[in-house]
Amino acid sequence: MKSFANIDVKSVREAVTLLQKLHQEKKSAEIVSGGTELLQLMKDRVATPQYLINLKTIPGLNYIKEERSGFRIGALTTLTEIEEHKGVREKLLFLSQAAGEAASPQLRNAGTIGGNICQRPFCWYFRSANFPCLRKGGGICYAVAGDNRYHAILGGGPSYIVHPSDTAPALIALGARIKITGPAGEKTIPLEKFFVLPQVDYKRENILQPGEILTEVQIPHPKPGSKGFYHKVRERQAWDHAIVSVSTVVQSKGGICQDAHVVLGGVAPIPWRAAKAEAFLRGKKVDEGTARQVGEIALDGARPMKDNVYKIGMAKSLIQRALLASV
Amino acid sequence: MDNEVKGKGVSRRDFLKGLGGGAIGSAVISTGLLDPNKAEAYPTESTGTSRGKSTINLKVNGKSYRLEVEHRDTLAEVLRDQLGFTGTKVGCNRGECGACTVIINGRSFYSCSQLAVWMEGKEILTIEGLEKGDKLDPIQEAFIENDGPQCGFCTSGQIMSAKALLLRNPGPNEAEVRNALSGNLCRCGNYNREVAAVLAVAGKGR
Ligand SMILES: Cc1cc2nc3c(=O)[nH]c(=O)nc-3n(C[C@H](O)[C@H](O)[C@H](O)COP(=O)(O)OP(=O)(O)OC[C@H]3O[C@@H](n4cnc5c(N)ncnc54)[C@H](O)[C@@H]3O)c2cc1C
Ligand code: FES
Ligand code: FES
Repeated sequence: MKSFANIDVKSVREAVTLLQKLHQEKKSAEIVSGGTELLQLMKDRVATPQYLINLKTIPGLNYIKEERSGFRIGALTTLTEIEEHKGVREKLLFLSQAAGEAASPQLRNAGTIGGNICQRPFCWYFRSANFPCLRKGGGICYAVAGDNRYHAILGGGPSYIVHPSDTAPALIALGARIKITGPAGEKTIPLEKFFVLPQVDYKRENILQPGEILTEVQIPHPKPGSKGFYHKVRERQAWDHAIVSVSTVVQSKGGICQDAHVVLGGVAPIPWRAAKAEAFLRGKKVDEGTARQVGEIALDGARPMKDNVYKIGMAKSLIQRALLASV
Repeated sequence: MDNEVKGKGVSRRDFLKGLGGGAIGSAVISTGLLDPNKAEAYPTESTGTSRGKSTINLKVNGKSYRLEVEHRDTLAEVLRDQLGFTGTKVGCNRGECGACTVIINGRSFYSCSQLAVWMEGKEILTIEGLEKGDKLDPIQEAFIENDGPQCGFCTSGQIMSAKALLLRNPGPNEAEVRNALSGNLCRCGNYNREVAAVLAVAGKGR
């Protein structure tokens, strides 16, 4: 790793002020929480900040609170803490499972929910300093002509990364919102609106501006009659990111769908919400026929590359399986 | 801007050549192997104020050490190079193998993926801290009895993951043991014996 200065901050306010100041002075800085993602990027010299702003020393940013409106989870809460929390296990359908199937035990003990949502891509071209790819300010996305077996089939172009977070698609299916604290104060937005497609800006994965920090995740209680399903396909049981993951929440009455959320992971540069497919399902009986149609609609418009065609069939059948398990 | 890429890509063959063996076939990648010329030389250029150094108190195996570290030093580097706790191994140095596993405040962590400067006030336990006097920890005994180590490189990491599990759950079942060891690779493929060793201790109700 290149040299840098680690600065332990004691409050969100201090972090925001410091980040803003460094930005104004044109010094490079990165926020760090668990460090499980960022440190690898720094060892590879893809990230070479002069300053690390360490959030872990902020007291009171690690909590899971259950309230009448839902759960509030502090940004520094670890994936292990989310996986093991009794209330989360009992009430938030698959969130514990999604957190518990990310990475490995050691990474979940260190990795935080804030860092999980804000992590940079795990595209092998992005992660190597030898490939000056689009996302690092270079001219091309190497995935297009290179080995693209793990890259995007939906929403890609000009960059074809897939968003690596396992918790984000699950949280979006649950209707989560996030709190962002920055120089202008606090704002709460739907998590879905946090992510940025490469056609909008291919150098970033989310809307965070210099000085802004993700401070809290808010998850409403699932509506009565809701059933959830989460499944992550990966090549081995530990460490691996999703090749394709599906998170579905279906609220139904007598087998008829009232409301549905279908979110895919591992297929697009952002957690991919299949809005058209959700709309199609509303008011319909959930059976093998409609489940298959939902899969078709969700993958309509997929543009695979030479090595990742397989993801289309995989996503379709995962959606089918998810919906049939949800009524 | 039209960014559909023409021409200039890397060929799959060049790419595989550069990548080295281990990573192919997995969505997790080891780009550190990509450039043989990119040896991790410690930079000599002065980055001014950003060259962080601090004196810290590190508590390892119940003893406190006061030492000066660079902010970029990982816990694994300081344990091995400054304190001589070389039982902690560094395999991948990027959170993908588990050889560097230590216990921090009762939980397993990759010491290659923690900065030493973050460890102030924490209790660190390494493989050297398991034995009491000249008596090995039951989990160490069980690894010997069950032929847990083959080449032995992953063993201290496996044992620390197992110990972290047993500290929280003295009687785990096989699925729990396999899950707890899932962040530790064994290139010798000796998983069944490692799991058997942990189960042997679990069976004794420790
Ligand atoms: C080998 C390996 C396998 C992995 N497998 C998976 C997997 O299967 N699934 C998965 O989901 N993830 C995986 N990860 C990614 C990730 O490391 C963890 O999931 C973890 O949750 C990241 O959290 P962290 O606190 O360690 O993040 P850090 O490394 O501290 O930070 C990650 C990024 O987020 C930013 N950041 C951190 N906190 C905040 C905040 N509060 N506000 C704004 N920005 C912030 C940092 O600046 C940095 O860019 C893997 C990582 C590795 C190394
Ligand atoms: S050395 Fe491989 S995980 Fe730390
Ligand atoms: S015993 Fe050789 S790597 Fe596990």
